[in-house]
Amino acid sequence: MVVGSGPGGLQLSYSLTHLRVPHAVISADPAPGGMFRRWPFFQRLLSWTKPFAPFERGTRFYERYDWNSLIPDDDRHRAIQPRLMDGTSYFPSRIEMEQNIATFARETGIRVRYGCRWTGTTRDGEGFRLRTTAGDYRARVVVFAFGLAEPWKPEIPGIEHVPHYADTRAPETYAGKRVFIIGKEVSAFELANGFLPWARQIVLASPRPTQLSVVTNSLVGVRARYVQPFEDHILGGGVVIMNASIDEVSRSGELFRVKTTRSDGGGSLMFEADDVIATTGFQPPLGDLPELGVVSSGREKIPSQTPLFESISVRHVYFAGTATRGAAGLKKNGIPSSSGAVHGHRYNARILARHIARTYFGIDPARPTLKRDDVLDYLLSELSRAPELWHQKSYLARSLLMDAARGIVDDGIVPLQLFVDGEGPDGVAVAVEANPKAEIYPAVYVRKNNVVSEHLLPTNPLLDFETAEHRAQLTAALAPIL
Amino acid sequence: MCDMATTRGELGDKLSSLSLFADLSAAELESIAHIVDERRFADGERILRQGLTGSGFYIILAGEGIIRIDGKDYGKLGRGDFFGEISVLLGDPPVADIVAAQGLHCAIIPGPALEPFMVGHPQVMFRMLKSEARKLRMATSWRT
Ligand SMILES: Cc1cc2nc3c(=O)[nH]c(=O)nc-3n(C[C@H](O)[C@H](O)[C@H](O)COP(=O)(O)OP(=O)(O)OC[C@H]3O[C@@H](n4cnc5c(N)ncnc54)[C@H](O)[C@@H]3O)c2cc1C
Repeated sequence: MVVGSGPGGLQLSYSLTHLRVPHAVISADPAPGGMFRRWPFFQRLLSWTKPFAPFERGTRFYERYDWNSLIPDDDRHRAIQPRLMDGTSYFPSRIEMEQNIATFARETGIRVRYGCRWTGTTRDGEGFRLRTTAGDYRARVVVFAFGLAEPWKPEIPGIEHVPHYADTRAPETYAGKRVFIIGKEVSAFELANGFLPWARQIVLASPRPTQLSVVTNSLVGVRARYVQPFEDHILGGGVVIMNASIDEVSRSGELFRVKTTRSDGGGSLMFEADDVIATTGFQPPLGDLPELGVVSSGREKIPSQTPLFESISVRHVYFAGTATRGAAGLKKNGIPSSSGAVHGHRYNARILARHIARTYFGIDPARPTLKRDDVLDYLLSELSRAPELWHQKSYLARSLLMDAARGIVDDGIVPLQLFVDGEGPDGVAVAVEANPKAEIYPAVYVRKNNVVSEHLLPTNPLLDFETAEHRAQLTAALAPIL
Repeated sequence: MCDMATTRGELGDKLSSLSLFADLSAAELESIAHIVDERRFADGERILRQGLTGSGFYIILAGEGIIRIDGKDYGKLGRGDFFGEISVLLGDPPVADIVAAQGLHCAIIPGPALEPFMVGHPQVMFRMLKSEARKLRMATSWRT
């Protein structure tokens, strides 16, 4: 049983169907697309698709350059997004993304019961009973791909007067207004960027200093696409960006007053504004899952998950889509997974489908074997090109296992955490990793007698990991098991 | 796309009850609450991994962390204890595993953010130093 028809639910359903796992998908929406049926508010994504790339469209390696298409196992349905783009930007428009997802669902024949809302959950023997607006469903395993789109606002006196990002009006209605945006993360900057041609004044305020992805050298922080208000601010163009806590918002007539305290000890500051918007984030629509025992953590209340996307506290409850951020992985060097966006969570869904097929349905397609002489070339090629490893750095890995009966078995793409923490036959997992210095390099994890050793290989200016040096270092790392 | 809250009262409250953050002003606690991540771990899950680079600094909000070296347990850490700083500060991989037990719940500062955090909050750094001094005394008293 899968809840949700955004990219997460649809990718999972596709991958389950491909493995012949019987399942049902329900969605509160009337059509496929999930959050992209409405957002991003300013109608253009922040995840890119390069229509022209070093690899042919419709191949697996092309996926590294196409962050937005869902991932079939069959070449015919690959790379749908670039087909739908008009060349004006390498960030698809919202509508192009919605069409991309709907086309995938249509062409691959994904079946969803639309207009059906999950309203409650009870245990039912070994499984669950899901109450929905179209009657009860019983399921052994449930997967929530319900997104992270429920508006959340902090407890600030007067916050009830303040609309959320989700309630932003048409941009032209902000013409000539003074707009105060609470928050300084991506969605705050998306709005500020969109208001630049309209608003008379834009203020962004929150306690934490702005982080920019091009400074953190990761997906953490405001993405390059929305940095313009920041430049306007530092060049004195009129945008105000403040590190301050918001103490109170009051409203008299058409006017808002926002009381703030500067984080640098500079005292309090009062702002007058015509509009205030809270870009303070979203939460998943958890419904009654907390009462069922599903634990979450952090401000965003994302359910805490095992490396295979199962709730850490309630067995047989899984997650797909952007909610898989709750399976945080190793977070090496503080760099998070890409599971919040399509280019990351589409691979998680494929892994989850395989896990469900094997665990609950005994469906486990035989894994291919590899000749010993081919191992080096194969791993170096994967490290240089595999989209799973490039999109999910330090998070997903290609794993080879030494099987007593079959020889060297390609165990596929697996969560890196599962490999380094799990017990199993001798083997190797390779991942692509990055550090705060913006270096990207291969990492090799060798498991011998259930002890894992880490070998970090050098970076390369052209990101070519098939050099003689990489080959030599990989050979040395693999020596104990090959 | 994760937008932070403007006030993180809940986490700030949890931090204020730990000795590491005792005597900090409410504003300072709030600013710390904005920098740290929170995470709950499944019992048995590894948080620090012996020999693996790239880890962070962890402060226990609830539950326990078992110290395990080469598969053997050497004691446990509890609420208010912290770990991971030595590996981050020295740039070496951890010399022990820390394994979650009893519903471990931690506040986390990513490795690369630890130095600016310590320099930015000298009182916290001082308390960390005291705690390191205590550990050192214990280690030397075992030897003599
Ligand atoms: C403002 C904003 C901009 C973003 N921009 C990008 C971007 O440019 N690129 C990118 O890759 N990611 C972006 N993201 C992240 C994005 O949310 C995800 O990548 C993606 O949409 C998540 O897919 P999903 O399937 O997990 O959830 P969603 O797309 O949110 O879909 C959730 C589904 O669950 C259904 N559902 C929820 N509750 C119930 C219920 N009770 N009963 C039945 N059905 C239910 C909904 O109807 C919907 O079909 C953005 C997020 C936000 C908030």
